[in-house]
Amino acid sequence: MSAVVAVFQRELRIALRRRAEWAQPLVFYGIVALLFPLGIAPESPALKVFAPTIIWVGALLAALLGVERLFRGDLDDGSLEQMLIADVPLALLIAAKLAAQWLLTAAPLVIASPLLGLGLGLDAGPVMVLFWSLLLGTPTLIFTGGFAAALTVGAPRAGMMLPILVLPLMTPAVIFGGGAVRAAVSGLPPDAPLYFLGALLALSLTLLPMAAAGALRNALG
Amino acid sequence: MWTWFHRLASPPTFYRFAERLAPWLLVAGLALIGAGVWQGLFVAPADYQQGDAFRIIYVHVPAAALSLSVYTAMSVAGAVALIWRMKLAEVAVVTAAPIGASFTALALVTGMLWGKPTWGAYWVWDARLTSELVLLFLYLGVIGLHQAYSDPRTAARACAWLALVGVVNVPIVHYSVQWWNSLHQGSTLLSAEAITNPKMAPSMLKPLLMSMAGSYLFFGAVWLRRMQNGVLLRERRSKWVREIGLPAWPADVPNGRPLSGGPGTARRGDRA
Repeated sequence: MSAVVAVFQRELRIALRRRAEWAQPLVFYGIVALLFPLGIAPESPALKVFAPTIIWVGALLAALLGVERLFRGDLDDGSLEQMLIADVPLALLIAAKLAAQWLLTAAPLVIASPLLGLGLGLDAGPVMVLFWSLLLGTPTLIFTGGFAAALTVGAPRAGMMLPILVLPLMTPAVIFGGGAVRAAVSGLPPDAPLYFLGALLALSLTLLPMAAAGALRNALG
Repeated sequence: MWTWFHRLASPPTFYRFAERLAPWLLVAGLALIGAGVWQGLFVAPADYQQGDAFRIIYVHVPAAALSLSVYTAMSVAGAVALIWRMKLAEVAVVTAAPIGASFTALALVTGMLWGKPTWGAYWVWDARLTSELVLLFLYLGVIGLHQAYSDPRTAARACAWLALVGVVNVPIVHYSVQWWNSLHQGSTLLSAEAITNPKMAPSMLKPLLMSMAGSYLFFGAVWLRRMQNGVLLRERRSKWVREIGLPAWPADVPNGRPLSGGPGTARRGDRA
């Protein structure tokens, strides 16, 4: 267990030393959300209709941004190999790494999302649903991204592979996340899509670290 | 049963088995597809609502069914490859992906051609259509991932992991017509009620079942042939491949780069 805590703390410590780096997804998120009103025309009612999607797709892209480098640094400095040979299940170490990644890159997005939602013209009720859907959905995004990063870390010709692998796998989270907010906007109960997000979260928290561990062992072993 | 299964996992045995089976599957599959399509186009009556446009189901429905079945088969092969470290299953995963992608593309294209006269649009962003498109991207991901690695075994096992995780999309595609209020019609064939009391006229149903069965057999033949190729490529330097009398593999490695994936790159705990 101490190894898991150590991995988690190490991630946070590294991130704290490079403050500019963990602010990047948040800035990126803000810019993406800003581009849509510019494109749609700010006074258009369409903006309000698109707001849930803008915020969700923005979160998805921002999550993707950080995931790309997830294992790269550890591979370069050799700590990934230490994790592979450690006497602790690799899946747990990866889960700790991904949890730290969520805290650093996705949690700020979740906290900033009500601001963006209100800014794009959503009402208070749907904004709360938006917050909950992102809270339930972003860990799924990060864990899916972590799995894809593990698949491609050893690939010399990966290139654009990571987004291509990740985005189809992330579609269910976007469907239910956007769906929950849309339901709330039109005055329907958002419970069902939120429960679906919760189910996806449970599945991805339990199964994806194991799949990522297997993929990592395969890529480097 | 299990000894037979284990023996089949050995590449030479599989090669000879496939060599005997594939031609029969191909002939039977093409005959059934031909008969099914001919009956569907010329014998079956026109639909009372859609007229002759409905006849595209004799291509569309088998292609769509196979797009899901091939993915399921690919992920089962992936599980076998990862759990029992069976080389043949690794070959099965990577060879299934292009076939599945072709069937998915065929299902999408035929669906679009049918959608224009019937729905009035080639494409609608509907749950069934979108999830089928996501399935195509999953197949393309497997194909791309396979080419991203130079070592064929690492590539195949990475693909196996991806196929396993991506299998969550298969029930989503299948049940999308029930879960969401979809423009695409529900399943006519697959339900307990529909099997005892078909919802389709026999003169329309029979050609459909024929072309579906034929497509499955055709897929089996193509998959076996592609797997044979994959096995030959991986085992190109082993004795049994030389003995079956294929032309010799052209000069090995001029620049001294080690060829991986042949015999001698076995991993710990490998079978066959």
